[in-house]
Amino acid sequence: MADPLHQFVIEPIVPLNIGGVDVSFTNSSLWMMASIGVSFVLFNTAMRRKALVPGRLQVLVEMFYQMVSDMVKSTIGPEGRRYFPLIFTIFMLVLMGNLLGLIPYSFTYTSHIIVTAALSFMIFLAVVVIGLARHGVHFLSLFAPAGVPVILYPFLVPIEIISYIARPITHSVRLFANMMAGHIMLKVFAGFSVALITTGAVGVAASAVPVLVNAALIAFELLIALLQAYVFAILACIYLKDTVEIAH
Amino acid sequence: MEVEAMKLLASALVLLPLMGVGIGLGLIFAAYNLAVGRNPNASDVLEKKFWLTFAFVEMFGLVTIVAWALLFFTA
Repeated sequence: MADPLHQFVIEPIVPLNIGGVDVSFTNSSLWMMASIGVSFVLFNTAMRRKALVPGRLQVLVEMFYQMVSDMVKSTIGPEGRRYFPLIFTIFMLVLMGNLLGLIPYSFTYTSHIIVTAALSFMIFLAVVVIGLARHGVHFLSLFAPAGVPVILYPFLVPIEIISYIARPITHSVRLFANMMAGHIMLKVFAGFSVALITTGAVGVAASAVPVLVNAALIAFELLIALLQAYVFAILACIYLKDTVEIAH
Repeated sequence: MEVEAMKLLASALVLLPLMGVGIGLGLIFAAYNLAVGRNPNASDVLEKKFWLTFAFVEMFGLVTIVAWALLFFTA
């Protein structure tokens, strides 16, 4: 069976080396620039006419804007307006990464844990630093919920701290595992199709079945791409809410 | 037992948690369908939460699939 893990290999296109650190322009960087290019062209072309009664493309980008705006407003509140550019950028980056990965022969940069972990840990760091800067030591009251008998605090506080530290890990692993598993499934069924063709005339006819399954899987992956981008962005909003007001 | 056989056995056993994922997904769909069935206006409130919880439970299923792939396809 062909190796479905080969599609995740990062290959340098322009090898660069600065002071012993490998900063080559890789296929991952190429597709990141492609996703920036696509969103740039999409938003510029759609808003070119700035019509009061929008055409179809302008409706599409206005729907993206409104979805993220409602997400930020309903999760963080009116103070969350300052985080809107960050959440919008994260949403479009993850969305374009997931969607462009569905093009045949492309590369899904969100299927690498290093990319998703970098995003998650930056958000986690931002929450901790901004929270400590705005609320001071009172930020640590996040780990001591109100209404708990004092005798339980030595058990509850470590559990709360561990579940707080688990947040960036689950945040990044969710997106990474979804993308990686989806693409492995696609590659496995494609391998079935190729393997069936080599078995003879009956095999050539039967090899249409994995292709049909693949078509259904790509439809499912499209849904998962959109959903995972939405989940990543809304979880970033929920984590950022802790900088605005201390919950519990 | 040889390493190759243990690897294949481990890659099969790692798929067992998918039972729990299937049950969890069924519970989520059942709760959403029951709620919308009794009160169709509830779909406005519940739709986004439904997709959110689906993604959370699906994550464990997909982490299991990633673990299977890493065990099955590596030397």
